[in-house]
Amino acid sequence: MKKQLYWEDVAEGGEVTPLSKIATTAMLVRWAGGSGDFNPLHYDKVFAEGAGVGQPIVHGALKRQWLVQLMTDWIGDRGWLKRFSCQYRAMDIPRAMRTMTDPVDGETWWCKGKVTKKYIDGDSHCVDCDVWIENGKGEVTTPGKATVILPARG
Amino acid sequence: MQSGEISQVIGKSVGVRMFEVEKGAIRRFADAVGDGNPLFRDVEYARKSHYGDIIAPPGFFGWPLKQPMGSPLVVEFPGELMGPLMKAGYMAATSLDGGMEYDFFLPVYAGDTLTSTTIVKDVRERTGRGGKMCFIILETTYLNQNGDLIAKARATTIMRSMSM
Repeated sequence: MKKQLYWEDVAEGGEVTPLSKIATTAMLVRWAGGSGDFNPLHYDKVFAEGAGVGQPIVHGALKRQWLVQLMTDWIGDRGWLKRFSCQYRAMDIPRAMRTMTDPVDGETWWCKGKVTKKYIDGDSHCVDCDVWIENGKGEVTTPGKATVILPARG
Repeated sequence: MQSGEISQVIGKSVGVRMFEVEKGAIRRFADAVGDGNPLFRDVEYARKSHYGDIIAPPGFFGWPLKQPMGSPLVVEFPGELMGPLMKAGYMAATSLDGGMEYDFFLPVYAGDTLTSTTIVKDVRERTGRGGKMCFIILETTYLNQNGDLIAKARATTIMRSMSM
């Protein structure tokens, strides 16, 4: 079993364990298949130019699921993600592929979070967090919020 | 007057869909995210966890997440909803995902059959630097095969207006 986070381990102002991601064109094709979103905006340069975006962009929903993973990795098997929200504020451009398996050099995205509130709601030990994705320049492209329920040592 | 027409779509049904949540689809979704969590892929591990079986990552309610091919909104917004929006100069082709908000109540298990019901929760217009924009909020309620409430999702779609 993976390590379990307990409510007592968390402090307001504390950090959610960061998660790094590298978006590639290959990953966006894989996401199109895995999610069923085949909008050419995310894999076709001509279409993306016509749509005024310039080049294929990372799916908002993929960035959302990165942030969901940030939280489910952090809270462990016995934690429960109760509420989650995020906004797709800025576009992210995937790295091109240099070989079958490796992307060209470029930016790395970081999913991060910070504990804003820790409280008990009825029987539930809750933690509120701000979450966000930073692009390679350190700009927040995808801000959000999450509320989780954690097990307590009691 | 235009925004009055647009607000008529609030509360309208966008449709009811059914999804079988297949184990392989959960795995392909988790692979696409790059999420190696064994709860989503390892039957032995999941059986020993307090869930007792493979679950889907929060946010996966069966494949496809969106209607496949073409502009998703043309399919998701029936004519009676797109009509007033198009009259006001909005085009589905200009639509962008704005964000998502979830309430999760119960886990989704491999093998579940979910029913999703979507309504137009809100429609708001804003004028920004780039002209008129419309924020459309669709609320989807997911129930499992036992009729239990699994989750609620509120998706924001942003459309830009072609008219000045």
